[in-house]
Amino acid sequence: MQRHGKEKILEVKGVRTYYGKAQILFDMTFSIRRGEAAVLLGRNGAGKSTTLKSVMGLVSPKQGEILFKGRSIAGLPTYKICSLGMGYVPEDRRIFAGLTVAENLEVGRRPPRAGFEPWTPERLYDLFPNLQVHKDRLGGRISGGEQQMLTIARTLMGNPELMILDEPSEGLAPVIVDQLAATLENLKQDRVTVLLAEQNLGFAGRICDRAFIVDHGAVCHDSPMHELSAGVCERFLAV
Amino acid sequence: MKFIRKLGAWTLLYTDRMGVMGVFLGKAFFYAVIPPLKMLRVLKQIRFIGFQSMVVILLTGCFSGMVLGFQGFYSLSRFGSDAFLGPMVGLALIKELGPVITALMVTGRAGSAITAEIGIMRISEQIDALELMGLNPYRYLVVPNLVAAVISLPLLSAVFDVVGIYGGYLTGGKLLGVGAGVYFGEMANYVEMADVLEGLYKSLSFGIIIAWVCCYKGFYTSIFTGFGAEGVSKATTQAVVMSSVLVLIWDYFMTSLLFG
Repeated sequence: MQRHGKEKILEVKGVRTYYGKAQILFDMTFSIRRGEAAVLLGRNGAGKSTTLKSVMGLVSPKQGEILFKGRSIAGLPTYKICSLGMGYVPEDRRIFAGLTVAENLEVGRRPPRAGFEPWTPERLYDLFPNLQVHKDRLGGRISGGEQQMLTIARTLMGNPELMILDEPSEGLAPVIVDQLAATLENLKQDRVTVLLAEQNLGFAGRICDRAFIVDHGAVCHDSPMHELSAGVCERFLAV
Repeated sequence: MKFIRKLGAWTLLYTDRMGVMGVFLGKAFFYAVIPPLKMLRVLKQIRFIGFQSMVVILLTGCFSGMVLGFQGFYSLSRFGSDAFLGPMVGLALIKELGPVITALMVTGRAGSAITAEIGIMRISEQIDALELMGLNPYRYLVVPNLVAAVISLPLLSAVFDVVGIYGGYLTGGKLLGVGAGVYFGEMANYVEMADVLEGLYKSLSFGIIIAWVCCYKGFYTSIFTGFGAEGVSKATTQAVVMSSVLVLIWDYFMTSLLFG
């Protein structure tokens, strides 16, 4: 059953991004619709994280267009992009280690969005029971999996319409990965659009409706997740 | 040929950095005048830059005044003009030494800490994290320091002047015998409101310079001075040196402008 509408929430068109003189993205083009969960799959160095950073304004694309809810966001500072309704969970988490779990959540609080039930610490503690247990503990004193959950929870406090996660399962124990997948599935029920960058096909398969295979800085295959063939996976994802 | 190429590259690099620095100041001013102002952060920074610098300012102010009292008395007594010790100490402190020494002290005590704090936030990617939560880092980190410095510097400078004037009276008056009536009376005759305003304008502009340079150096730590602890230490050193030098250069221009 498809819950997503026809409106494209994010469109990336012909984006070219460089680190210094090295070109990383070559005409990166894809789009996702509201309510959809999509994944950028690819090997290490394919350009998945750079794509997400380009969308978030953390690196500036030299060419191309990025539209969020139909509005061009290329060149906007990151904080403005976030306040338009995008949330980003970076690979390295970036929690405030000197603040408690509860304080980390408060830092992320933004005004609620029309038509969406606002995220509150209580609602997030229901989603991530571990965080409630450790809510008075410093962010730097909880486990890696809990830090990942805290980053996701803190991002949700900003009431994003589109949640972007960069390799959320990276470095986590299988049991935590399962818990995380269940949480992201719950987010889909809450009409939050999700865009992941992942190498873990099993994890992405549980959450996502659509897959974009990224290779050499461009999308080379685009299909519904369940139609992703073994041949394509072997060709573009096998190490 | 190689030298010219290097010189060209160096010129381009530093012109670019000056541009970045100018844009940084422009953004800081822009966000300072467009609400909302993070009042709690501003008050916290006023406490840090202003109140917590008070001991240093009291000590340096008192001893600067005492030295001026000694030196002034011996210089003026050669011309038989020791009655003018009060105006000399007062004018030197209010127009020049008060704003300048206060600015240098605040740079060393608070400016370096501001650079280190923002620099560590930059290298530990906490500034990126703030942005990712939709918070404008200029509003949160730069504007409170700018506003706090602009408020604190004139007040600290005034404290420095008052303590320095009494320090000068301690040596010139109590130790060397210039009467209190002569010391303070002549000072009241010769020190005008324009002199006080000159000192005020200087301390206001020094506050802007210190906040601008120290925040800028911290904000661009990983880009201009490198990553890790070494990057932060370099940025901090550069911030203190650059602020101090700019304060003295700007003091010259302000003085010649106000004299003109």
